[in-house]
Amino acid sequence: MSFQKVFTRWTDDPASHTLAFYESKGGYESARKAIRDWAPDDLIEEVKASNLRGRGGAGFPTGVKWGFVPKQTDKPKYLAVNADESEPGTFKDRVIMEKYPHQLLEGIIISCWAVGIHTAYIYIRGEYVFAYRRLVEAIEEAYAKGYLGDKVLGTDFKLDVTVHRGAGAYICGEETGMLTSLEGERGQPKLKPPFPAIEGLFGCPTVVNNVETLANLPYILEIGSEAYKKVGPERSPGPKLFCVSGHVERPGTYELPMGVNLLSLINDTCGGIWKGRKLKAVIPGGSSAHVLHADECDVAMDIESLAAAGSMLGSAGVIVMDDQTCMVNALVNVMRFYHHESCGQCTPCREGTGWLEKIVHRIAYGHGKREDLERIDQICGRMVGKTICVLADAAAFPAWSFTQKFRDEFLQCIDNGGSPAVKARHPDRIGGGLHV
Amino acid sequence: MSDLKFSEKGMQHYEWLLTRYPDKQAALLPTLRIAEEEFGNLGVPEMKYVADLMGISPARVFGVVTFYTHFRRAGTGTYHIQVCSTLSCALRGSQEVCDHVAKRLGIEVGETTEDGLFTLSKVECLGSCDTAPMFQLNDDYHENLTLQDVDGIIEECRQEAARGGAR
Ligand SMILES: Cc1cc2nc3c(=O)[nH]c(=O)nc-3n(C[C@H](O)[C@H](O)[C@H](O)COP(=O)(O)O)c2cc1C
Ligand code: SF4
Ligand code: FES
Repeated sequence: MSFQKVFTRWTDDPASHTLAFYESKGGYESARKAIRDWAPDDLIEEVKASNLRGRGGAGFPTGVKWGFVPKQTDKPKYLAVNADESEPGTFKDRVIMEKYPHQLLEGIIISCWAVGIHTAYIYIRGEYVFAYRRLVEAIEEAYAKGYLGDKVLGTDFKLDVTVHRGAGAYICGEETGMLTSLEGERGQPKLKPPFPAIEGLFGCPTVVNNVETLANLPYILEIGSEAYKKVGPERSPGPKLFCVSGHVERPGTYELPMGVNLLSLINDTCGGIWKGRKLKAVIPGGSSAHVLHADECDVAMDIESLAAAGSMLGSAGVIVMDDQTCMVNALVNVMRFYHHESCGQCTPCREGTGWLEKIVHRIAYGHGKREDLERIDQICGRMVGKTICVLADAAAFPAWSFTQKFRDEFLQCIDNGGSPAVKARHPDRIGGGLHV
Repeated sequence: MSDLKFSEKGMQHYEWLLTRYPDKQAALLPTLRIAEEEFGNLGVPEMKYVADLMGISPARVFGVVTFYTHFRRAGTGTYHIQVCSTLSCALRGSQEVCDHVAKRLGIEVGETTEDGLFTLSKVECLGSCDTAPMFQLNDDYHENLTLQDVDGIIEECRQEAARGGAR
């Protein structure tokens, strides 16, 4: 079976975001089919059978998650669509929202029908102003034509969708942080359990799904779970958006079957490493994923294969680094990010991210000691699995894998008075203060 | 007492927001966006106005606003240049872009020009890593930047402001 693109089918068409265009391509047929032909429980089973797994980072089976929502409850149930997209190296949901907002809305209708939800919020990061406007327009169109509102597609099914803008905080991508933020609070995560499916938004059962996850649903209903499972590896199948950035000739968002080979993605799809240089390292799943050494990059881009390779698919944000990259400097950058984005509730995360940034920084700036590498290991060990959310783990993973896999480079920096890249940029700073 | 007040349109938007959430405080972030649009920046009087309007304590509103980095806080220039400095952008020269903007404007990161026209910030990943280096200028993304592009964009802003066209 040849591969059918699902998220980027009509990318070149300037009208792809409009309802008229989407309808002309058979849009909303799957939603119609869902409400007409599928009992909600059967639909949940069908999505389970498709093996669709979350595209937000954790890869949780979508149908299974829906199944956790209590069937009998007097409380309203909510869908919170995660459009926060803040994991460094990730820019795929933006493509869906800007080019195919109706495909997302159709996915929302299908999931809400399956779980019995009448109110959905799309939590979009505040910086995505253009995508926000596209969504608002699409929602207005959908209400006007009866795809949303009190009588969805002429039935008694009621569904309201509201777009809610975030305001610049990575942690609001973590599901409980996002729900807290939606409630109008500081976006700090909460301890689980209770899981959102039981007690989420406004204390009610809530499904949290990523934009790309939901945008798969119309296709699953179009071709059926059996056929869907055959796209890519059966245990984590489907068409997938890969975001490639960094040192490749043609960075971009590319739609390929799950399980595409990473080297082929870099060399064939993206035109290889820029400037004729060589590959040094890749972070395959957003900056929280363990870095892969060039030797480890002959790997399939799917959940199981990357886990087996000691990393993760995460958000499929593939960050490519060429052989002239200073890994110490790169890690300083990543550590600054997590330190900046820690919400500060948990001591191991608040302090740990700060210490990691400081230590890696001082190595880059010529004040490192050999013991610092042991210290990084220790700090990471005290962060992983010890906090309310996994941001602490997300910071520890790159710290660990960079210093393990590129240990020689860190040692050279320590022994030779700092990173050559820093020396070139700040000859005056080496041996000077800690901060840029 | 300050005489800040939402326009009729802003008020209508606010009333509509209240119908979208089962709980009033959930409308806080979107209401702050209305305040940004109506008043420009969010300073203490603006936050206080939103607090009074929504019946939420001012301390709570300040707490929320200061948690997030994307609200336009008091003192922000007419043109807010936010240079992405996270890894993918850094790998493709965001530092040079940032240094260049700073030099052109004669300010450091975090500062505003004396004429109140420009503020320069360094921010984290804006979800546009494939078009690095890039920055956000107010609402808009400027992508695949060269230093020449940067000069052109700054010049356009200056001209727009001179024509009195800036918001
Ligand atoms: C620190 C942190 C940041 C996250 N950021 C995002 C994000 O920006 N977008 C997203 O969809 N999921 C993000 N997640 C994952 C969510 O918590 C959640 O697993 C996901 O939205 C569930 O949807 P899915 O099952 O459809 O993937 C993040 C998780 C953590 C721990
Ligand atoms: S782990 Fe970090 S980001 Fe997550 S809740 Fe704790 S302090 Fe906040
Ligand atoms: S790293 Fe700059 S936009 Fe993502």
